[in-house]
Amino acid sequence: MAAVGQGPLAFVQGAGELAVFVGRTFAWMPRRPFRWAQLFRHLRDIGFGSLFIVVLTGFFTGLVFGFQTLQGFRRFGAEALVGPATLLTLSRELGPVLTGLMVAGRSGSGMATELGTMRVTEQIDALSTLAVEPMQYLVVPRVLAATLMMPLLTAIFTGFGFYGCYLIGVGREGIDPGVFFFETWQAADPDDFYEGWIKGAFFGAQISLISSWQGFRASGGARGVGEAATRAVVLSSVSILVGTYLLAELLDPLIHGYIWFDALPK
Amino acid sequence: MIRIVGVRKRFGDREVLKGIDLDIPRGSNLVILGGSGMGKSVLMKHIIGLLQPDEGQIIVDGEDISRMSPLQLKRVRGKFGMVFQNGALFDSMSNWDNVAFPLREHRRDLKGAALDERVRHLFQLFSLDPDVVGPRAPSEISGGQRKRVALARAVALDPAIVLYDEPTTGLDPITTDQVDEMILDAKRKLGVTSIVISHDIASAFKIADHIIFIYDGQIVVRGLKHEMLTSTHPFVQRFFATWTAKNV
Ligand SMILES: Nc1ncnc2c1ncn2[C@@H]1O[C@H](COP(=O)(O)OP(=O)(O)OP(=O)(O)O)[C@@H](O)[C@H]1O
Ligand SMILES: [Mg+2]
Repeated sequence: MAAVGQGPLAFVQGAGELAVFVGRTFAWMPRRPFRWAQLFRHLRDIGFGSLFIVVLTGFFTGLVFGFQTLQGFRRFGAEALVGPATLLTLSRELGPVLTGLMVAGRSGSGMATELGTMRVTEQIDALSTLAVEPMQYLVVPRVLAATLMMPLLTAIFTGFGFYGCYLIGVGREGIDPGVFFFETWQAADPDDFYEGWIKGAFFGAQISLISSWQGFRASGGARGVGEAATRAVVLSSVSILVGTYLLAELLDPLIHGYIWFDALPK
Repeated sequence: MIRIVGVRKRFGDREVLKGIDLDIPRGSNLVILGGSGMGKSVLMKHIIGLLQPDEGQIIVDGEDISRMSPLQLKRVRGKFGMVFQNGALFDSMSNWDNVAFPLREHRRDLKGAALDERVRHLFQLFSLDPDVVGPRAPSEISGGQRKRVALARAVALDPAIVLYDEPTTGLDPITTDQVDEMILDAKRKLGVTSIVISHDIASAFKIADHIIFIYDGQIVVRGLKHEMLTSTHPFVQRFFATWTAKNV
């Protein structure tokens, strides 16, 4: 927010800096040695670190979305369609976006804090003097881990969300479970899930790159590290909300395009 | 051979280095003295390429490192070891892993018992008990112990050039003496070049082949004990006044 708040010049400057950082990350990515131990550490940190909160928010999102959708659908007597409606929204939009926001808050701030502390205590400089490239050792494994982990967390979010919706629809509203699943089965399309997972992967990359960048440019002690963490979360969140629209526009014709072709007159 | 030519550096509107020229021959010990905040640490970070000068060159064995890409720098860094003023130990690792880190990164041939042996030796070189200090985190040992772990990490790969940013500040006189001896030993036996920032005048006189005094981003006195003590620069005179009173 601070980068956005300080006017257009600071924004352009920040965007340029971030672009350079992203470029350097990808330049170091294919170089050897590959940091397997680091990758597994971050896969575990991001995965387990965010698992509980993703399950919890997924479940309640499904509950409330199912609840409100029912209020609407009841007006058309379409209660049984709550399953597919919820699943579509969860898998395509709410799943990746809310999971992304949770991971930004949990792991993004963690990355910015850890790397920011390493920066201000000169640990990143110490790595350089030991002829270990910090981008390669610290940033590349975080970006890969977040990019790989986000689709999985998105799927978990969607799964628990759908379970919440099932509890509302079948448990509370009394929809016949057979009907509930039949309607969902009828309308569900694997492409909806692909869209969510692809978005998740993008958001994972965005969060980890922005947060690492903020950590690396931290300065000035504990306070600077705190500011970096705040900025990491805010900028990651904004980038997710902007990104999800852009990705929807981009992915829709790519993934769901065939629906349009199928609809063409033969 | 390290040659520093006309190096200037500013942070924002404050010029910290105002034209530094300096030659450091292979296998010699240079000591950098000066008041706090005068640019000693900044100069040292230029020598190892952590900071780039605004003007001037830093030439290490014929190569200008001030304009190198990160990939080129990584290669040159193999010649260097550095002890940071505050240790800069990796706090996500144990002290043992801190010292083993450079060996695991760059000495793939050292494995298992051979690696353990080498790390133990490095701990003992700085009078640390590897079994007591090794398993703990850097945050769980004293400041002086941290400094010694940092020393062990910096020399683990037997670098040809070692930069010490206040290696003995916070150490007791006995350990200080051991570190001084180690620096002299490394020069005698292995031809190591050492660049030492120090506030300890006695050990500066003991280990130096050459001393520079930095004041306000410039070298104001060069030489040895004699040049330092006979300088007419008012700050330098004050700097040595207390020491002279006690020792002459
Ligand atoms: N990264 C930086 N950004 C801005 N200013 C800096 C930076 N690094 C150092 N400075 C400034 O440069 C000046 C010199 O700092 P330096 O660390 O070289 O001092 P020093 O001579 O090592 O002092 P000390 O003996 O206290 O360690 C200080 O005023 C410091 O505030
Ligand atoms: Mg200093």
